[in-house]
Amino acid sequence: MRELPPQQRDGDGLLPATTSKLDFRAGGTALLQDVDLVLDRQSATAIMGPNGAGKSLLLRLLHGLLRPTAGAVRWNGHAPDRAVRRRQAMVFQKPVLLRRSVAANVHYALRVHGELSRPQRRERVSEVLAQAGLAELARRPARVLSGGEQQRLALARAWATRPEVLFLDEPTANLDPQGAHAVERMVAEIKSRGTKIVVTTHDLGQAKRLADEVLFLHRGRLVEQSPAATFFDRPQSAQAQAFLAGDLVL
Amino acid sequence: MDDFGAAFLTAFDLILGFDAELVRIVALSLQVSLSAVACAALIGLPLGALIAVFRFPGKQAAIVLLNALMGLPPVVAGLAIYLLLSRSGPLGGLGLLFTPEAMVIAQAVLVTPIVAALTRQTIEDLHAEYAEQFRSLAVGPFQAIATLLWDGRYSLFTALLAGFGRAIAEVGAVIVVGGNIAHVTRVMTTTIALETSKGNLELALGLGIVLILLAVLINAAVMTLRGATAQANW
Repeated sequence: MRELPPQQRDGDGLLPATTSKLDFRAGGTALLQDVDLVLDRQSATAIMGPNGAGKSLLLRLLHGLLRPTAGAVRWNGHAPDRAVRRRQAMVFQKPVLLRRSVAANVHYALRVHGELSRPQRRERVSEVLAQAGLAELARRPARVLSGGEQQRLALARAWATRPEVLFLDEPTANLDPQGAHAVERMVAEIKSRGTKIVVTTHDLGQAKRLADEVLFLHRGRLVEQSPAATFFDRPQSAQAQAFLAGDLVL
Repeated sequence: MDDFGAAFLTAFDLILGFDAELVRIVALSLQVSLSAVACAALIGLPLGALIAVFRFPGKQAAIVLLNALMGLPPVVAGLAIYLLLSRSGPLGGLGLLFTPEAMVIAQAVLVTPIVAALTRQTIEDLHAEYAEQFRSLAVGPFQAIATLLWDGRYSLFTALLAGFGRAIAEVGAVIVVGGNIAHVTRVMTTTIALETSKGNLELALGLGIVLILLAVLINAAVMTLRGATAQANW
């Protein structure tokens, strides 16, 4: 089976990603303003900040699900169009599962992606379901799974296409600690295979465990972008200091 | 009152004895209405899905028109088809007037808006849920429509049953384009109308009972499917 460690696809890889003067407005309100950032290939980036800071919005703009009001997102020079999105994957806070079996959900993503032959797809489906600990549930309707199982399935489906970049929008926000742990373990595994992880979270522990770098948003502005160690030990901005200290950041 | 009771008894005799005339009429009714629903599905499902998924100028007007056409009076639909198929009409050369085919066309005209409108609603709701995931997976618009139709299959089947209920029960359109010719275009509803006016209540009642049984069966099927849908959506 063809694994594609994204790093080896040098030259035509998706990274680095840059945004310049990224702005997003809705109904006259600026939800994201003047965001300039660079995502390079070093493994995992956590987007942090209080509720309403614009974390999920930034994720959607990066993945090309939304168009910015002004400014631009570039993946190695390319706008996040269909061709770019095909090489990425996203897991939503509330997983969107098709009304079919667990296996059929993964199969669907692979068929849309269209790179594997039918026997290869079947093999890939069993492989990722085993990884997600869902092999036994392969024939169940996806939507009767528990919340944790659904999120693992969404993650397995995303990983099945071997994306170069994986976006995770609060992947464990609705899960109990056990479910969250299982999801984090999968993410760590995916990261170790060379996929760039971009995850929004307001869970400090999760960011510490998963991220190598932190983007801190506050009221729609990028306040800080630092290596994870620096961010957690010596945050630069007053807002991030307050956030880390557990103060109410408004 | 005695007459009424006697009519009931005779009606049951006709049904339980599989009276040849009654069976023929029921069979033709089913054949015409099922064919009409099949045609309506072929047109209405994709049409409703297209309207639900694509944005285009006049979309709101199209939805209003579709919803309005759900209440199209059968006699008017019958008249329009009659004019098209009559000897001097644009499709007169086909010689379809007063045939079961004409009745299929007339019922399909009545049922297609129902199927399309209900499909539009179902697919629109489902699409609202799936749209971001589709965009993320880079699913093309036609692939998206196929996915939505498949994932909405339970609800869409209830739309088809609703269409069938309308087709099997209507009398105005098939009597105008079919002519209610014995052994050729006589279906349950037209026979009931005719036999009642002739005072031949037994056959009319027998057919009426069959029709009501069918309606009950259809509703039971819809309810069962709703249950299955609820489960599938859980």
